[in-house]
This record gives sequence, structure tokens and C-alpha cells, in this order.
Amino acid sequence: MATTVAAKRSFWEFIWDYLTTVDHKKIAHLYLAGGGFFFILGGIEALIIRIQLIKPENDFISAGLYNEMITMHGTTMIFLAAMPIIVGLMNAIMPLQIGARDVAFPFLNALSFWLFFFGGLLLNLSFLFGGAPDAGWTSYASLSMDSPGHGIDYYIAGLQIAGAGTLMTGINFIATIVTMRAPGMTYMRMPLFTWATFVTSVLILFAFPPLTINLFLLMFDRMFGTAFFNVALGGNQVIYQHLFWIFGHPEVYILILPMFGVFSEIFATFSRKRLFGYTAMVFATMLIAFLGFMVWAHHMFTVGLGPVANAIFAVGTMAIAVPTGIKIFNWLLTMWGGQVTINSAMLWALGFIPTFTIGGMTGVMLGSNVADYQYHDSYFVVGHFHYVIVGGTVFGIFAALHYWWPKMFGRVLNETLGKLTFWPFFIGVHLTFFVQHLLGLMGMPRRYWVFLEDQSLDLGNLISTIGAFLMGVGAIIFVINIIVSAFGEKAAADPWDGRTLEWAVSSPAPYYNFAQLPLVRGLDPLWIEKMEGNGKIPAAEPLGDVHMPNGSIIPFLMSIGFFISGFGFIYQTDNVYWYLALYGGLAFSIALMIIRSVKDDYGYYIPKEELEKALEGEAK
Amino acid sequence: MAQAHDHSELFPEVMPPEPEKATLEGKNKFFGIWFFLGGETVLFASLFGVYLALKNSTAGGPSSQELFGLGLVFIMTMLLLTSSLTSVYAMYHMRNNDFKKMYLWLGITGLLGIGFLACEIYEFAHYITDYGFTFRSSAFGSAFYALVGFHGGHVLFGICWLTTLLIRNAKRGLNLYNAPKFNTFSIYWHFIDVVWVFIFSVVYLMGKVG
Repeated sequence: MATTVAAKRSFWEFIWDYLTTVDHKKIAHLYLAGGGFFFILGGIEALIIRIQLIKPENDFISAGLYNEMITMHGTTMIFLAAMPIIVGLMNAIMPLQIGARDVAFPFLNALSFWLFFFGGLLLNLSFLFGGAPDAGWTSYASLSMDSPGHGIDYYIAGLQIAGAGTLMTGINFIATIVTMRAPGMTYMRMPLFTWATFVTSVLILFAFPPLTINLFLLMFDRMFGTAFFNVALGGNQVIYQHLFWIFGHPEVYILILPMFGVFSEIFATFSRKRLFGYTAMVFATMLIAFLGFMVWAHHMFTVGLGPVANAIFAVGTMAIAVPTGIKIFNWLLTMWGGQVTINSAMLWALGFIPTFTIGGMTGVMLGSNVADYQYHDSYFVVGHFHYVIVGGTVFGIFAALHYWWPKMFGRVLNETLGKLTFWPFFIGVHLTFFVQHLLGLMGMPRRYWVFLEDQSLDLGNLISTIGAFLMGVGAIIFVINIIVSAFGEKAAADPWDGRTLEWAVSSPAPYYNFAQLPLVRGLDPLWIEKMEGNGKIPAAEPLGDVHMPNGSIIPFLMSIGFFISGFGFIYQTDNVYWYLALYGGLAFSIALMIIRSVKDDYGYYIPKEELEKALEGEAK
Repeated sequence: MAQAHDHSELFPEVMPPEPEKATLEGKNKFFGIWFFLGGETVLFASLFGVYLALKNSTAGGPSSQELFGLGLVFIMTMLLLTSSLTSVYAMYHMRNNDFKKMYLWLGITGLLGIGFLACEIYEFAHYITDYGFTFRSSAFGSAFYALVGFHGGHVLFGICWLTTLLIRNAKRGLNLYNAPKFNTFSIYWHFIDVVWVFIFSVVYLMGKVG
């Protein structure tokens, strides 16, 4: 029904709708589109890096531009591609899985998206305005303090704005899961993806503030002449590394835990079996999150923290392999004895297990502080983290997109094209990154612009570049799949014979999600009703008017205010007139905050009659 | 149909015992502010860490022993602790649906906050003009002003928040729409107070004695 209404609207009404929406499903579309755009951008940057390294002493790009490429590839992929796509998936699916009509703070949800979008835009505009950040994605204070131009300033302002949005998302999702679960949806009946969303949000909440502070300190030092990292005035640059990794290590679990949730859903659905070891999976997720906060200094083994600190962090790091191993075995045992269907979503999940396990094992190798002196800052590290981030997060994103595409967009992705996406990408990943381990062991340092001929690095780099292009081919086929599928047949409500609540509503879900809140009778509620009931989820309340939040343009405008003040911060060191932008932008955003605060917003009600009509339409 | 929902459920004749948590929005705000403060805790913890690492890096400038005077800090502590207590009174009266008394105590809370902020501004001005101790003079200075200033910024934000709330709702009494807003502010204000207790101990006491 909603789609026929959409077809009649003009283009501008469509745009206005998305600019003002507070609906979690539409915000998910925005996140996926925004994250997808930055994913392509980051992918192009990766290809440029690999072209530069295709042969010894190549001069495809200059050394300075190469530094900008590696910095922006890392920053873009982590903050602007992987995280937004993950947040988009959570937005689309988590409220449906717990039987809620929206998230706890729909307005904040929209604000989170727009802050991410304008933060990412600001960061990438640096390419056009005199040079991008060039001190690596970590932007260590030693390098970033001395980087000329405004590149690093863009890094600071862009990430600060986008990071604020992410923090709000974390708070929003935790509150949603705590207060808005449907009747009967106890914590230990929540699907694994919802659990992963919950734990990931806790990680975001506690991991992002140190990054915020770190960016502030760097900003004060670079733009306002303070002395946090200025050794001449007693500053200490190791503080930057600590704060960065206290954020940075949980960040990698923010990237991977949601994907563990995704794979748990997919393995259970396509094995037609309950997830093996549900309780162990939940506690393993929590344990990984907890340990994830305890191991940051393994990124700093060579700083010189001393053997005791290094040993403690090494043991902690290796301990993470235990809960992760529990997960791997539980997935394998979920498939054991199940009726396994292998389709595109399942292929990504199956490809994930060996790929991620290899990444995990090199992780344990790196976790040994003694051996790490050899691996540190070499291509071995690059190979390791791409095995876990591409093999885990990117495979997970592709799996989730194939699995939930019908629920998010109302169309099933083409199976043949789906498999054609997987194989080049899967082979490409292993070609690109496996040889990087060997290159690292042979002494190739990371972040180097060129390498010399005949140092046994030539062949490995060539293979790596070929692999990168294969991944590009896979990604292009996926884009073709999206376009082809848009004209394909409409998806049924439950195309995969699903187990969880999101498959109990139409595809895509109506804007109010559930006309009546569902009553949950156990883990995998839809499956229970299919086996023991009539296949329909019982209602927990009589049909009545449904309360909905009002849309608003304020989140969009507020983010523009911060965007403008970001430019003010960056350029006020050149010219005092930029203070106008700095204070003007901030004042604009604060004024909008006050407007939001003093203007009553009670939301509106969908009358019962409209819901009745919709339900009748569904029954037909 | 339309008249069925004029949002009258937000304006009941008899207020429930906990008006701040009577609606789903209220409950969400209650949990939301607690989680937000969880993040804020890490934010301040990071700044405390930075301060502890840099507090002896005076670069030849004045040290904490020479700078700090416990008299002023004692007054500031009393002002802020009392303001936390008065905001408890305000919430007590909110739950008794006594709008006027709630306003009175919230007003006092705000005034005490302004008093605290005035002392802090005086303190900073004193350090800058009499000792030449600034945000830029040493790593100790940077860390001190970042931590204490960040807390001061939070107090300022709280006062602006409270003022907006008080002006907006002055003429309409208590209802289930604005009760969660007052409560959210009160929880935030307690947090600011708790952070100050740590600043008082770690920065001033340890700076003077330790």
C-alpha cells in the first residue's frame, strides 16, 4: 500500500520525505546509500594504492598523494563506509526483531544520520580544498602535529561531527532494546543480531568518548596552540596513542560483533535449525566486548611500555580467541545435521568462516608481544586486519544485504548475480591479502610509497593488485544486481522461511511496523508459531490507534550548522573572519536545539480504521 | 476519531506517583540520559587520565602547589553540592505535583550553579593575570584548563538548559509531557556534581597535598 502512494508523489516530495524522515526504515535506507557511496570512494582509493604498488618504483601517484590515499582509504572505510552500513542494517532490522514500532528517539536517529553524512562530506571535501589528511588513519600526534596545510584539521572536524552522530546512535539503540521490546520478548529470547546490536551499542557508548577527547586535544594543539603533545612544553605524545587505541580496539569489535549477529541469523535460517548454543553465543558476545576494552596496548607493543605491561596485554589479547572460537564452533554445529540451503547469503557466511579464522589466527600471532617486534608496521599487519575486516565485516555486510534486502527494499536480489558477486570477491580477497602476510615477513613495511626491484617483493605485490581488481569486479556485479533486482519481482513477506519477527510483517514493513504489538512465546517466535500455531504471530494488544512521531527538518539543518562551523574551526587559523563561520554555524545549531526544546511535539496517531483497512488488504 | 486523540493522556486530572516515568517517552528519556552519562563518564575519565599524566609537566611555570587555594575551592564545592541537594528537593515536589515549590527549588539550583561558575571564572582569571598560567603556557596548564574547563562548560550548559526549561514551562504547570524533561535535567545536574567531587579530590586536594 505504501508503495502505491510513493509512486504518485513527485520527485521533490520524495526528497523532502527523506530529508525530514524519522522512520527507522527510511533512515536505514539513507545510511545504506550514504555508506555505499563512501564504500565506493574508499574502494577507488584502495585501487589507486594497489596500482601504485603494482610494480617496483612505480610513479603512478606522488608520495604526498599516496599518503593521502592510505589515510583516506582507512578513515573512509572504517568511519564512513563500514560503520554507517552496519548502523543502517541495525536501524532497518533491530526494531522489527524486538517487535517495536520505532527506536526510542526517532528525532535523534535522524540527527545521527545527518551528522554522519555531513561529517563524511566535510572530511572528503578536503580533497578539493588543498589536500586531504595524510598522517594515516590513526593520525598519531607526532606526525599529525607537523603535517602542513589543513588536511589533519579536516580529519579532526569531520570525525568529530560524524563521531557525535555515532555516539547518539549507540545511546538510542540501547534505550530502544531496554524499553521497547514487545510483550514476551525477554532478553534471552532476543535474536542474536539484536543482541549484537545491543552489545555493539554499549561498545560505541564507551569507546567513542576517548576518541572525542583525543580529537579535541589534537584540535587544541593544532589550532589553538596548547601543549598536550608539544614535548617542548612538557607534552606527551604517547597519550595520543593510548586514547586512540582505547577507542580504536573496541572499534574493531564494533565492526565485527554485528556481523557475528548477522551470521548467526543466516546460519540458523538456512540450516532450518535453531542456533546451536544460543546462551553461549550471547555470553561469548559479551565476553568479547568486555575483553575488547582490555587489550588496547597490543597496538603499542613497540612503544616501550615495558615487559610487564606488554605481557599482560599479550595474554589478554590471546584470551579473546576463546569466545571467538566458541562462536565459530557454534556456527559449524548449527549447520551440522541441518537442512542446509546454499544461496548467496549463505555463501558469504560460509566464505566468512575460513577467511575470518585465518585472520583470527594471525591475530593471535600478532598478540604475542615478542614476535610482534618482527611483524609491527609490516604488511603482515595489513594482511591480518584486512582478513578480519574484509573477511568478517565486508562479508557480513554482503551476507546481510542479500538476506535482508527483501525486507528493506521489497525485492529479492538475483541469485545468479549474487553468486557471481561472491566468487570474484572471495578469490580476490585471498589473492590480495594472503600474499601480504608473506610480503610483510619478507620485510615490506606498511605505508611505503614505493619498493625496490628484486627484493622478492615484485611478484607478491603484482598478485595483490590483481586480487584487488577482482574484488572490484565483484563489487560492480553487486551494483548491477541492485539495479536488475529493482525491476524484478516483489518479495514475499517471508521469502526464506524465516524464524524471527521481522519476517512476520510485509516486505517492506509498513511504516508503523506492527498494527498490533506481537506476543512473543519464545526464541525464534515466528518458527514457534509455524510449528505449533497457525504460522501467524499472536497479537499482544487489541487493535487501536497507533502513536507515531512527527517528521522534522531540524536534524538536517542542525547538521548543516555544525558542518559550517567545522569550516570555521579549520580556517580560523588563517583568517579571523572565519570565526564568523565558526560561531555562526554553532549559533544556528544551538538555536535549532532551543527551537526543538521549546516547541511541543506530541506526535500523531494513526486511526484504528486505517490499520483495519491495511490488515484487510494484507489478508487478500 | 480526531477528538479521540487530543493528547489528553499527557494531561491527567490526577498525576501518577512518578510522572517522569509514566509515559514511554518519559521512560526512554530516563534510560537515555543514564546511558548518555555513561558515555560522559568515559569522556571525563579520559580527561582525568590526561591530567594525571601531565600534572607535573609545568615547563618552568607555576606548579599546582603554588597555584591552588583551597578556600575558594571549598566555597565552590559547597555551592555545587548544595545545588545538587536543592535539585533533589525540586524533584521531590515534582512527584508531589507541587509545581510552585518545584520551580522555587529549581530556581535556587540555577542560582547556586551561577555562583559556582562565577567563582570558577574568577579563579581562572586570577591564574591567568597573576601567575601567567594559561591554556598554552605548559602541558600542565593545557590539561588543567581542559579538565576543569570542560566541567565548567557542562555547568554552563546545564544552566542554559534549566533556564530554557523554566521559561518555557513557567505558565503551564506540570504534566506528563514536561515532567520527564525536569527529571532528565536533574539527573544530569547530579552527574555534574559527582564529577566535581572527583575534580576536587584529584586536582585540588592531590595538587595541594599530594
